[in-house]
Amino acid sequence: MPSHILLKDGEIHDRATDMRGPGEILATDGVISKIGPPGSVVPPGDGSENLTVLSLKGLLIFPGFIDMHVHLRTPGQEHKEDPETGLSAALAGGITSVLAMPNTIPPVDNACVVESLVHKGEKLRKARLLVSCALTRNREGRELNEYDEMREAGAVAATDDGSWVRDSSVMRMAIDYAHTCGLAALSHPEDTSLSGKGVVNEGRISARLGLAGIPREAEEIAIYRDISLSGLSGKPLHLCHLSTAEGVALVERAKNAGIPVTAETAPHYLFLTEAEVAGYDTNAKMNPPLRTPRDVLALREGIRKGTIDVIASDHAPHGVLDKEREFADASFGIIGLETIAALSFELFRELGLPLDLLSEVLHANPARVLKRPVGLAPGNPADITVIDPEKEWTYRVAEGRSKSRNSPFDGRTFTGKAVMTIVDGEVREDSR
Amino acid sequence: MSEGKTGLPGVPPADLPKDLIDLDGLSERQITTVLDTAMAFREVSEREIKKVPTLRGKLAVLLFHENSTRTRLSFEIAAKRLSADTLAISASGSSMSKGETLLDTAKNILAMRPDALVVRHSASGVPKFLGDRLPCPVLNAGDGAHAHPTQALLDLLTLRIHKGRIRDLDVAVVGDIAHSRVARSDMVGLRKMGAKVRVAGPPSMLVPGLEEEYGVKVYDRIEPAVEGADAVIMLRVQLERQKGSLFPSSREYARVYGMNLERLKLLAPDGVILHPGPVNQGVEMTPEVFESGRSLILRQVTNGVAVRMALLYLMVESPEGPPPEPRQSR
Ligand SMILES: [Zn+2]
Repeated sequence: MPSHILLKDGEIHDRATDMRGPGEILATDGVISKIGPPGSVVPPGDGSENLTVLSLKGLLIFPGFIDMHVHLRTPGQEHKEDPETGLSAALAGGITSVLAMPNTIPPVDNACVVESLVHKGEKLRKARLLVSCALTRNREGRELNEYDEMREAGAVAATDDGSWVRDSSVMRMAIDYAHTCGLAALSHPEDTSLSGKGVVNEGRISARLGLAGIPREAEEIAIYRDISLSGLSGKPLHLCHLSTAEGVALVERAKNAGIPVTAETAPHYLFLTEAEVAGYDTNAKMNPPLRTPRDVLALREGIRKGTIDVIASDHAPHGVLDKEREFADASFGIIGLETIAALSFELFRELGLPLDLLSEVLHANPARVLKRPVGLAPGNPADITVIDPEKEWTYRVAEGRSKSRNSPFDGRTFTGKAVMTIVDGEVREDSR
Repeated sequence: MSEGKTGLPGVPPADLPKDLIDLDGLSERQITTVLDTAMAFREVSEREIKKVPTLRGKLAVLLFHENSTRTRLSFEIAAKRLSADTLAISASGSSMSKGETLLDTAKNILAMRPDALVVRHSASGVPKFLGDRLPCPVLNAGDGAHAHPTQALLDLLTLRIHKGRIRDLDVAVVGDIAHSRVARSDMVGLRKMGAKVRVAGPPSMLVPGLEEEYGVKVYDRIEPAVEGADAVIMLRVQLERQKGSLFPSSREYARVYGMNLERLKLLAPDGVILHPGPVNQGVEMTPEVFESGRSLILRQVTNGVAVRMALLYLMVESPEGPPPEPRQSR
């Protein structure tokens, strides 16, 4: 007996299917079967079906948000996060799919690990777990991994995230071969020979605090090289976590020249600056580092113009001992799965950006990069995020679902919250 | 702390913050109070019995994660002259070198119930970290490339004694401005007290934005920086830290940035030379400069004890305990 779920009375924002306004969605057995204006979607009426009708009055319906930059720390550092806590945090934050980064210990660089992660994700039935594998063996930047076998095991992307592939011919081959195998190639653009031992943006704050700086040029040089290689091979390349104004400008130029690159940034780069580091707050220590107000503005403009394709959290859980220590020795990164949707929504409201653009940066663009189904089109998995635009709430990291507590957004009050997360047609989170 | 501790004739209450992390946190008035108090304590150091009972029964823990015999001894002498007990913990010979985390260190120190913690650490921000977690005053005795406020205060005291004032003095700071906690605290302190500050060093030892950030004038040669200066603070070159990456060699450094008798003539006629010590003889300055009457380096050491006595006195809670009596001749 087929099972149906009908979402009605809500407002749909999905640029991919050209839905912008009141509408209804019917999902059957986990797959979207119909979408249309109010009253147009009628469930098959033989009365025998298992039908759930959800009235979403005053709520916004989006295609399921995909967070394509998440460190689930598994295998190896399960004290920081594991698939169960991470994917549960994702659901709480309105995220239907996460792309797990492969810089684990050991790294995800063989089919066995990929398979075990994919299997774990399926068993948990929380947010969808998408797996990325390392670009190079042991993430050393020297030899390519066996992409085809890992793709067959379920991987959708390849990246040495956490490290930049310094050898340009290795990276050139990696971009080419990943494309051949159907994997998205992702780069962590950072020229480590320049960023060195830096821990914060190089500039006023690093000088004032006596901390080693990371010049913005470390990112720019890497982005320029990566763009060149994508142009050389003509194959797509996704640039992770941009933090600089010049990075945005380089991507814009590349796109105008027809080079198939896509770019991502994280909510913290859209909201915070290096000033957060004053007082040696290690929850303001991330890589790339928080930059300056000028960069925040440029990144926001990048979102508006579509130069930046994707917002991803770079969810990077760390234990207390990794963070509560000497600033220079503290780990880089913050958690973000439970705040990415709310922060993005806040940004869009603040900038007056159209909500169907939000469906692009949190769903369609990551889906396109990862070659996943795009939009709320019939036949696609029924992955849906529902936002209550008026709900006021305060993020309390201590009550969060992640195993870790390293967030600079603790205590922040939001208007607008993801209140329902649907994966494969199942309501897996409902806090309406 | 007890509010507005003074008791020194003519010295207004200090109301210092709980911790001394850097001079950013102090106002001109607070710095003046510290210097006034230090002046009074200087006289204690000249007495035959160099001890006052002010902090009797109090415990000052000296946590030195980085070797610095001078600063540690200076604090130790200061604490002892105030009759406080001291406990020195150094990196070698403590669990700090055996993988104890900073959080553990904080907890262990807390358990000792100190009345003050003096901390020297190789990582910037550690005094702030400990200050945020401990109820007692924390005094930064130098952290990473961040700050060295007691050094800056003793430099200010030395200038005030020998120049009669700080305001409108032309002071040059020469050396590795970018990586020096002394330079940073000196710039902040000197500017706060109204001195005009010039800094000089090779470009690799300067950081962009110094002018706006600190209100100083920047030079990449020593000569224009020291010309007509009332005082020149020569920074110590961290020979071990540099290994050719910031400057080709110490020989070349001495040639281009070192102070010698020839360059000494560029200063104002009564211009003086300071140095946080220990001096790399022949690098930052020639032995002739060090031995000349223009060098105040050894007096800085004496003033360092007085400044640290003043800080411990002002920052450590002591319900009673008479203050020193200045000018009480024996
Ligand atoms: Zn990364």
